[in-house]
Amino acid sequence: MKKSDPQPPRWTTSFLRWYCRPRLLEDLEGDLYEYFERNVRQKGIARARLIYFLDVIKFMRPYTIRKIEPLTFLTHFMMIGSYFKTSRRNLVRNKLFSFINIVGLAVSMSVGLLVIAIVNDLRSYDDFHEKKDRIYRINTHHQADGREPMNLASTSARIAQRLAGDVPGIEDFTIIRNGFSEDAKIGQNTFPLEATWADGSFFKVVTFPLIAGDPATALKEPYSLVLTEKTALKFFGTTHAVGQTVRLDTLDYQVTGVARDVPHLSHIHFDALVSFATAEALFGKKGDVFNNWDNVWSNYVYIAVPKGGSTTGIQRALDQICREENKALVHQKVTMSLQPFKDIALGRKLSNNMGPRTEPTTLWILGGLAFVIILSACFNYTNLSVARSLRRSREVGVRKIIGARGSHVLGQFMAESVIIAFLALLFSFGLYLLVRREFLALDPHISEIFRLDLSFRSVLYFIALALFTGLAAGFLPAVFFSKINALAVMKDASGIKIFRHIGLRRVLIVTQYALSLIFIATTVVGYGQYKGFLNFDLGFNTGNILNIKLRGVDAEVLKKELAEIPGVKQISHSSMVTSVGSIYGFDVKYFPRKDAQPADSGLVWVNTVDEHYLPIHQHKLLAGNNFTLRPEKGSESELIVNQQVLKRFNIGNQDPHKALGQIIEVNGQKLTIIGVLKDFHYGTMENKIEPAMLRYSRSEPWGYLNLQLATNDLENTMAKIESAWKRFDRVHPLKATFYDDQIQEAYSQFSVMVKAIGFLAFLAICIASLGLFGMVVFTTETKLKEISIRKVLGASEPGLIYLLCRGFITLLGIAALIALPATYLLFDKLLLTRFAYHQPIGLPELLGGALVVMLLALIMIGSQTAKAARSNPAKVLKSE
Amino acid sequence: MKGTNLGEFEELVLLTIASLAAEAYSVAICDELERYTGRSAKLGVVHAVLNRLEEKGLAKSRLGDASATRGGKRKRFYEVSHAGKVALMRAKELRESIWRNIPGFNLEGSI
Repeated sequence: MKKSDPQPPRWTTSFLRWYCRPRLLEDLEGDLYEYFERNVRQKGIARARLIYFLDVIKFMRPYTIRKIEPLTFLTHFMMIGSYFKTSRRNLVRNKLFSFINIVGLAVSMSVGLLVIAIVNDLRSYDDFHEKKDRIYRINTHHQADGREPMNLASTSARIAQRLAGDVPGIEDFTIIRNGFSEDAKIGQNTFPLEATWADGSFFKVVTFPLIAGDPATALKEPYSLVLTEKTALKFFGTTHAVGQTVRLDTLDYQVTGVARDVPHLSHIHFDALVSFATAEALFGKKGDVFNNWDNVWSNYVYIAVPKGGSTTGIQRALDQICREENKALVHQKVTMSLQPFKDIALGRKLSNNMGPRTEPTTLWILGGLAFVIILSACFNYTNLSVARSLRRSREVGVRKIIGARGSHVLGQFMAESVIIAFLALLFSFGLYLLVRREFLALDPHISEIFRLDLSFRSVLYFIALALFTGLAAGFLPAVFFSKINALAVMKDASGIKIFRHIGLRRVLIVTQYALSLIFIATTVVGYGQYKGFLNFDLGFNTGNILNIKLRGVDAEVLKKELAEIPGVKQISHSSMVTSVGSIYGFDVKYFPRKDAQPADSGLVWVNTVDEHYLPIHQHKLLAGNNFTLRPEKGSESELIVNQQVLKRFNIGNQDPHKALGQIIEVNGQKLTIIGVLKDFHYGTMENKIEPAMLRYSRSEPWGYLNLQLATNDLENTMAKIESAWKRFDRVHPLKATFYDDQIQEAYSQFSVMVKAIGFLAFLAICIASLGLFGMVVFTTETKLKEISIRKVLGASEPGLIYLLCRGFITLLGIAALIALPATYLLFDKLLLTRFAYHQPIGLPELLGGALVVMLLALIMIGSQTAKAARSNPAKVLKSE
Repeated sequence: MKGTNLGEFEELVLLTIASLAAEAYSVAICDELERYTGRSAKLGVVHAVLNRLEEKGLAKSRLGDASATRGGKRKRFYEVSHAGKVALMRAKELRESIWRNIPGFNLEGSI
């Protein structure tokens, strides 16, 4: 047969060979070939190939398809014991190989287990509701002219009234409302209470079992209260609380039920439920705002459909209701849609969302990272298996000569890798328990969202992961070994081309190292950026300032007491803490001349402070003075602005001195600029510095006290502050945080990210190093004779080391050349574009991390190659 | 083993095998059938029938010698077995006995 002869597609023939009975195969293949040749002559090669392919498919008939050979299966089954035995022997015989693979796989799989547990948790959200598969939440799309449209999880209370009418296809619906916050008085005691309003059919839609009280009537009457067990215990010391009275604000509420504590994995959380009728009684009458169609900000409606029911009818009814109600709105439009209950925890981004929500992309990224790490460990397995194939090819040869088929050898090697993966699973489970603890402690929010408990389902997934990892790791080596030609191996062991797959192995090593370097560089650069945010010059001082959150009570008394504590230097008031992410703004108007028309208006951020605020925070005044008048609230006339305000309204040609005395109207009040501040960061680093102003107020009952501390005995001072607070407010615990800690908190997501990526970097480097180490060991071992001969012929030790290292160092170099620019671009083009202000990406940081990894690799390579180069050639060459 | 009844197409294939003598292998049988009947005989159909004939014991097969054609694959040659010859004879006799019972004018009239 000449090479130029057209051939039928090879894979089609392989397919035929795979399914066809051996007895029929040969002549059938010949027949098809004959027809193929005929067709090539008559119809051209493309048609001929197509017909050949169709024929192969058409010949798949009961009488041609190979019977499942019970014997092959049986032998596989019987051989499992043998596979197990030989695998165990191999593991024990080659300890380095086993160690590298088991440790690598275990380390990588622990991350996989974590991701599985996370996904499992998120998918288990709200699983305890009986009707979980047929409950829907009404989501709202709010569109106002000239503003960004909003997607809300909350909706209007009006829709509940409309649904109560004749909407078909609804089994039940319930409305709940957030934001009940009062101090509960029970006898002599007072407790802060945050509760949720819920209407009478709440328990019919969602499943929160009551241990006392009737679920059908518990939330029917106004001023009814359902407590959770925990709250009941806190209030009354017992869960037998039904019938008791709780005084909230000025009204008495009856406890009508006690519910079991809300499960952790629920997106609805409450300490107590107040009947929705209460809210209607309290707010429903005062004007119509409460039931207004466009008041879509704090109510949540859940609909249960009957078993087997569909939502199309309900959606149509909702559209109809929206059309009718929207007619009454001006410049606004409200539309509603249904969201399945089970999608809430993993759904899209919604404003006013209740409970935790995780972006599916986050999970994909997490899963992707875990996949990359596991893949890296699988690379190790593949690499090392192929690298030491020289030793095992004889074994395979003997097996084949005795009668093993390719599939048997395949099975043996797959079984071996799966066994290794399961051993790794045992170790990785131990590691996972550690990683899990660290992960939950990473950030308080994380432990709020996740439990990461073991469940039957998650264990099944764990086992599946191990199985999958084993198969993935073992696949390439198994195929490689099953294809070994027994005769060739037995005749001449070196005939097997171990270096045939060298290209593949090089690619794998470069990939591993590039990934490791990207991880480490990301960690180091990310950490640098994070530190940069914390130490950024905000334009004012934050050191040694303790912010105490007030709870709505005038703090004059507390202030006096605090001022007497020796460690407290100065105290000021402010309505908010700047530079940690919260913002508060006013639309203001600028009047160039008194009594004239306003020239311009715009949004200006505001903080309301007293006269001590500026000195404590060391804001720099470019012109003018601090507040001098001390008026009561509401009658102030002074204003301090930053440079951006001058720039925004072009006040006094942006000259601070000329701006003094100019008038700005805020909220209907005309205020005179008495000071101009140097620009400072009102928002976080993500925002540019924008116009901001300081207004005066003597007291901010819902704001903060800013204490400037100057003490060497912090513990003592804090204790005194604490006791002063206790005398002042018995109900609420003291909430005092240092300003610097608050800033750190504002950037906590970055610290979490840096820690997580750092951990992954550590794992990736461990795995890559293990793999590289294994490769170096096996390569030098196979080359030991070559080295000895070179040595005998006069090669120098450094020369030999260079010879052995060269290949690996080139690979590392390539990896670095890929990884470092990639990391730089990642930060420059993607991550840091979110921030208006950030440190430059430090080249030393970028290179430093990489250098450490390289050094580690070089030490490993160097030590092994040096060992090989120093070996006594006489000893090596003697043992032939 | 299934019954040894001979279907019409089976009978044709079996006869073709007999007529091809030593050259009766699947592709040749297809070509010969096409020549006799004027209709195209698909390999898939013929192959299945050959397989069935062999299963019924009406035909025997053996692999020929390898040659450079057909991608080096051997041909499977068929011959009619003793049972096959008996079945063909019986089918022929059956037809002839029916033919004999047809009154001559009846048939001539219908043509």
